[in-house]
Amino acid sequence: MDGLTLHQAIFALVIAVVSFGLILELVRRRRLREEYSWLWLLTAAIMVLLVVWFPLLRFVTVLIGAVTPINTLLLFAVLFLFAIAVHYSVIISRLTTQVKNLAQELALVSARAEAPPADRR
Amino acid sequence: MKSLIIIPAFNEAGRIGRVVAGVRAAVPDVPVLVVDDGSADDTAAVARRAGARVVCLPFNLGAGVAAQTGYKLAVREGYDCVAQLDGDGQHEPGDLPALLAVIERREADVAIGSRFLGAAEYRPGFARRIGMGLFSLLAWLVTDMRFSDVTSGFRALNADVVRFVATEWYPTDYADADVLITLRRAGFRLKEIPVRMYPRAGGRSMHAGLAPVYYVFKMLLSVSLAPLRRETSARKGH
Repeated sequence: MDGLTLHQAIFALVIAVVSFGLILELVRRRRLREEYSWLWLLTAAIMVLLVVWFPLLRFVTVLIGAVTPINTLLLFAVLFLFAIAVHYSVIISRLTTQVKNLAQELALVSARAEAPPADRR
Repeated sequence: MKSLIIIPAFNEAGRIGRVVAGVRAAVPDVPVLVVDDGSADDTAAVARRAGARVVCLPFNLGAGVAAQTGYKLAVREGYDCVAQLDGDGQHEPGDLPALLAVIERREADVAIGSRFLGAAEYRPGFARRIGMGLFSLLAWLVTDMRFSDVTSGFRALNADVVRFVATEWYPTDYADADVLITLRRAGFRLKEIPVRMYPRAGGRSMHAGLAPVYYVFKMLLSVSLAPLRRETSARKGH
C-alpha cells in the first residue's frame, strides 16, 4: 500500500493544524469553554498523528478494510463529527432539563411572592 | 384529606373560565391551581377571576412540564391527593369526585379516568384507535395491566405518587402511556374508572401536523426503554 501523496499529507496537515489553532484561540478568548473543546482538540491531534505516522494509518486502513489511506482519514473525520454531534445532543438534553427546572422554580417562587400574605402557608 | 386540582393550560382564555367554574361547582372545597404554560393570551387573568390560584411559567414548556410544576407545588405544600384535568374543557369536572374518592378510600395510588369504560360517548378516529390499541398492548406486555385508555390525562394521584412524578425523570413533552408503565413498574397500584370526555370545542389540538408522528415515535421509544430504566428504584429513595 502506498502512503499518502505529499499533496494529500500537506492538505490534511493544514486542515488539522488550522482547526487545532482555531479551537485554542476560541478557548483563549473565552468564546469556547474548556469543557467543550477537548473533543475537537482530540480530533485534530489524532488527524495529525495519522498523517505524520504512516504505519499507524496503514494499520488502521488494513484493520477497517479501507482501500486507500485517504479513505481512512475521511472516515475518521466523519466518525469524529458524529461523536461531536452526539456529545452536543447530550449537553443540550442536560441544559433542557436545567432550563425546565429553573422555569418551574421561577414560576413557583414568583407565585409565592405575589400571593397575598393570607394565602401563604 | 388535603386535595388539590391541577389544570395545565396553554392559550385557553376562551375555555379556562368555564373549566375552573365547573371544577369549583363539582368539588367546592378543593383549591384549584391553574398552571399557565406561557400563554400569550389572558389565560392567567381569566383563571384568577374564575377563582383559581395561578402559577405562570415564564415561557411555553409543554403540558407535561406544566403539570409537573403543579406536582412540585403540591409536594412543597403537603397535599395528600392531587387530581389533574385538561384546561380545554375535554374532561368533565363532574367526574372529579369519583377520581378523588379512589385516592381517599385508598383503593389505589393512581386513579385514571378512562373514556372507554362504561357508557362511552367518545369515538376516536381510525388512526387514533390503532395507536391507542398499540400502546395498550405494549403497556400490557411490560406491566401486568390492561389499560382501556392509555392516553388519558384525567387522573388523581396520592402523595407518594406526586412525590415520585415531581422528580427528574418525568417526561417534558408527552406524558401518558410511559408514565403509567413507569408508575406500575415502580409498584404503585393503578385503577381505571369511567369518565366522560368531549371532543375539543375548536382551538388547536396538541395532536396536529407532524406532532402525532413524533408522539408515536416518542411513546414507542419511551415504552420500550421503560423496563430497562432505573427510576423504578427511585421510590425507595423517598
